[in-house]
Amino acid sequence: MLKKILIAEDSPTMRSLIVSTIAALGDFEIVEAANGFEALRILPREKVDLVITDINMPDINGLELVSFIKGNANYKATPLFIISTEGSERDREKGLSLGADAYLTKPFSPQELQALIVRFLGQEA
Amino acid sequence: MAELPISRAIKEFLGEAEEIIEKLNLDLVTLADGNENGEVDPDLLNSIFRGAHSLKGISGMFGFDDISTLAHHMENLLDRLRLGKVALSGILVEVLFGALETLSRLVHGKGETEEYSLDLAPVLTRLEGVLNGGAAGKENLLAGLNIDPAILSVLTEYEEHRLLECFKKGRNLQSVKISFSLASFDQDLAEITDILKKKGEVISTLPCAGDVADRIGFQLLYGTSATVGEILAALGRDDAVVDLLGEKALAAAPQPKEETFASEPAGEGQEGGATSMRSISRTVRVDIDKLDSLMNVVGELVLSKAAIAAVADKARAGGDLELAVELQKAVRVLERRLDELQKGVMEVRMVPVGQLFEKMVRIVRRVAGEHGKKVAIDIRGADTELDKLIMEDLSDPLMHIIRNAIDHGIEPSEERLAAGKPEKGTIALWASQKGNHVVIEVRDDGRGVDPEKVRRKAVQRGLIAEGTELSRDETYDLLFLPGFSTRDEVSDLSGRGVGMDVVKNNISALSGMIEVDSRPGEGTTLTITLPITLAIIKALIVRVCGKTYAIPINAVMETLMVEAATVRTIERREVIELRQSTLPLLRLEDIFKLPVSSRRDGRIFVAVVGLAEKKLGIVVDELLGQQDMVIKSLGNALSFVRGIAGAADLGNQKTILVLDVGGLMSEALRGESAFYV
Repeated sequence: MLKKILIAEDSPTMRSLIVSTIAALGDFEIVEAANGFEALRILPREKVDLVITDINMPDINGLELVSFIKGNANYKATPLFIISTEGSERDREKGLSLGADAYLTKPFSPQELQALIVRFLGQEA
Repeated sequence: MAELPISRAIKEFLGEAEEIIEKLNLDLVTLADGNENGEVDPDLLNSIFRGAHSLKGISGMFGFDDISTLAHHMENLLDRLRLGKVALSGILVEVLFGALETLSRLVHGKGETEEYSLDLAPVLTRLEGVLNGGAAGKENLLAGLNIDPAILSVLTEYEEHRLLECFKKGRNLQSVKISFSLASFDQDLAEITDILKKKGEVISTLPCAGDVADRIGFQLLYGTSATVGEILAALGRDDAVVDLLGEKALAAAPQPKEETFASEPAGEGQEGGATSMRSISRTVRVDIDKLDSLMNVVGELVLSKAAIAAVADKARAGGDLELAVELQKAVRVLERRLDELQKGVMEVRMVPVGQLFEKMVRIVRRVAGEHGKKVAIDIRGADTELDKLIMEDLSDPLMHIIRNAIDHGIEPSEERLAAGKPEKGTIALWASQKGNHVVIEVRDDGRGVDPEKVRRKAVQRGLIAEGTELSRDETYDLLFLPGFSTRDEVSDLSGRGVGMDVVKNNISALSGMIEVDSRPGEGTTLTITLPITLAIIKALIVRVCGKTYAIPINAVMETLMVEAATVRTIERREVIELRQSTLPLLRLEDIFKLPVSSRRDGRIFVAVVGLAEKKLGIVVDELLGQQDMVIKSLGNALSFVRGIAGAADLGNQKTILVLDVGGLMSEALRGESAFYV
């Protein structure tokens, strides 16, 4: 069964970059959300194996999404990466203390993201 | 590794970057206005910050370090600004505009060649210059607020700042808890947020599991001067829980309730197989070239349909009735589906003119700034839709018109005040749809154009003879003659050697028409009338002197059959009476120098064409019917041919010329007096 990855990111360009980076790694089912609300809608519907989220989104911010996921028994075991532009050290600290499993800073190299995925989901394909 | 093909990825990047820049530009204009009035919306500042932030992120990923660096500097400044570490000022806004302009040039440059670069040092220095101010010891302050750490832990730095601001202003900090159905939570939440925003500021929105499956809860952190009771009343919902937070409330807000809502296990059976990359996002970005080729295919299909219909006719003529009927049935079904397809593709090509107007807002600001003039812009009908390609081609002429209006039209402040006008000039950009046309008006409230001066100059330049009598409209039409405006009197802003004749040619190439009206002292209005789309048109097929032509049906108002004897000649022009008005006639054989066969006896057919307020009758020998066609340009080599908009394929391997109604009309109606209806 394919592992399912949810990407919450409001920039379509960024999303397609992340998608292509993952696709290059192997076969995954990828679900895209253009904002936090879409992510909230998807979570109960789909069994997601990994969440990748941006911090700055128009409706709820990435930290709030992390708090929701890590504070909920149904999802808290799901690995979660934050991808955001560097800038606020405090946002990073908060993300990690809320339970995010990794924090990637844009611009990141495809290898960084791929290595993290392998670490959390295992070698695929 | 299987990355996106580079060119497509870069196109996507450029598309998004342009979008961000246009949005930033609009937001900055609003910010500048807010600054003048002393009111700055924190949401607006945050949105501008987010724009610069996103641009930095994506350009960094594409290795465009210069864009990324500049966006980063802007972001730094904006971050300080939204966090209240730097105060907003007119200079700061100007610096931001300057930086945005450079960003925009960089992005456009990269579109041409990835190696494009600019010297960023001056912009960066200016950004650094306005970036100063001290940070506050925020953490301590926050800790003193006595707010549930569960809430504080999800606030971004910006939200922390908003929280403190609310606190400093002595507002009540409240927690609003409410839950919604999972199916509609975003609309429900938006309603609640709208209500709350009227009375205060929503600082953060924390989702939490609802009490029941299929529901989702939210805890909003809210700053307001209203009391808990007032907010409860405003919300008008029994299920909302509002608590007072912060040092004013003794008890901390209870922890968000955990779990309880069971997620439906995703069906195992539907998985497996190939990688699925579903996108929930509802929009796609499409290259206009792709739409164009799709439109061409639809056009070819329309022609194939005509070919099949011809086969049906042939079968009927050959006596095979059964086959003919079946074929015709098939043709009708095909026709309906093609209609839908055509309409669908057409709709996709339509974009709101607002996109174009937004660009113009930037032009107005910049040109006005360079000229030291104060100009406001009034946009109406921004959601009027127009074919994307037409809009692209409209960009340059519109820009030129606006430059002209600011340069020559709007007076300097002192002159305006002396004339009893408001100090700030206004450029109005109004769009509206009229039938199959879109009308765009560009109006300024400047000094206007004196018809007498125009006439004198036309005489001076040898464009008209001394003593020629001209109506007002005709006089203003002189502005569009090549050689009317010359370099010596055009400033470097609107100059660049482009005259209004070029503007007119550009508009004509889009099958459009442009007119000027002006009141000296009050202002000038330019009215551009354009077809909504050029892609596929219905045309009236006519025959004149044995030649076949097509007239775009959207220009045809009616067709008449008249006795040749009713044609009268007034001042060397043929006219007919049409419902109490005089309709000037145009004979194509005169325009195209066709060998005249039989004419001026018996009955003639007249196709009455109209654009804007003007009408003209085109005399033809025969009306052959209507047909859909795809117009193809004649190409640059034949672009000098007047009166022809392009060629079209009729589907039976025959090519037909399509008349340029706008061009024919202005030619026929110019220079002659009083033929207008």
